[in-house]
Amino acid sequence: MKCRKCGGSAALELRRHNAAFCPPHFIEFFRKQVAEAVHRHQMFSRGETILVAVSGGKDSLALWDVLIEDGYRTAGLYLDLGIFDYSKESKDKCEAFAAARGQTLHIERVADAVGAPIPVVQQVTRRPTCSGCGLSKRYLMNRAALQHGYPVVATGHNLDDEAATLFGSVMHWQTDALPRQSPALASTHPKLVRRVKPLYRLSELETAAYAFLRGIDYIVEECPFAQGATSIAHKEILNRLEETSPGSKHNFLFGFLERARPAFERVEDVPLQECTSCGQVTTGTVCAFCKMADLVKRRTS
Amino acid sequence: MKVILRNPRREIDVEGRRRVKELLGELGILPSTVLVIRDNELLTSDAVVGGDDVLEVRPVMSGGNGGPR
Repeated sequence: MKCRKCGGSAALELRRHNAAFCPPHFIEFFRKQVAEAVHRHQMFSRGETILVAVSGGKDSLALWDVLIEDGYRTAGLYLDLGIFDYSKESKDKCEAFAAARGQTLHIERVADAVGAPIPVVQQVTRRPTCSGCGLSKRYLMNRAALQHGYPVVATGHNLDDEAATLFGSVMHWQTDALPRQSPALASTHPKLVRRVKPLYRLSELETAAYAFLRGIDYIVEECPFAQGATSIAHKEILNRLEETSPGSKHNFLFGFLERARPAFERVEDVPLQECTSCGQVTTGTVCAFCKMADLVKRRTS
Repeated sequence: MKVILRNPRREIDVEGRRRVKELLGELGILPSTVLVIRDNELLTSDAVVGGDDVLEVRPVMSGGNGGPR
């Protein structure tokens, strides 16, 4: 297979683009897609410092690499979930990445904020592991950005992540979730930082290839709690569809963003207020994170 | 050739030469869900493998929650 740009030996085939690229031209393609995402959704400016939420996985470290290489001011945020060796290894990867590039890495321990590491949170709250984990991450990302004065948090969500989330929302017609699915969520409250997903135009295969070709040492093993997760099942369904009809995931997500999402935006007009316990933003009196932390405290004491 | 699979990590021996696409088909793996690596280089689905090759078939799927990737 030949590179579409130079005719050299290709390293990656992108069936949805009907193209293949050699390593240098694939890296160029990848960075252009990130630049296009940043530009199209005005995710951040050169004057801002971006807090990149990193997990030690391919996506977030690839994102951090692209932003550093493009000359953006960045810092990393690693959330230590306390998931046994998996968390230790992923933290080591993030620390090594940051140190090699002279970047600041903030580290927050979920156990310090919630009162217990994620495996214990799952046991005592009996909610799905990924649910408590996701809630903790969203809360702590926002809190850390506010504390350290970063105006924007960037996460490594890719096209597959976004298509799978959309699929899940549509399957259950979660009309409250649909308007919130966007590559860029503006700050709608002084205590809510902007959240952006600069990799939303790139597939999981592409982020993995970029991380590999850039020599990024990322954690390949799955989170031990991811097995059986609904989002993984949705990804598998979409992958089978993509295999027979390349571009399906792209069309599903981009069609939604361009044509369907505006129709759902009107239904979301929920007043925001500050949590009476922690002061972070919530739609109720006490935020979901504080409720979870309180439950963990009561059941572990 | 030796094929290294992940999650869980294991190794299998495969006889004969064939294209990457055919190998993945025999293993029941969709090509878009893995990187195929030989001698620290990525292979496309039309590459022919076999003999003394050592291949790593590295899954690219991640996820499970709404946080960092």
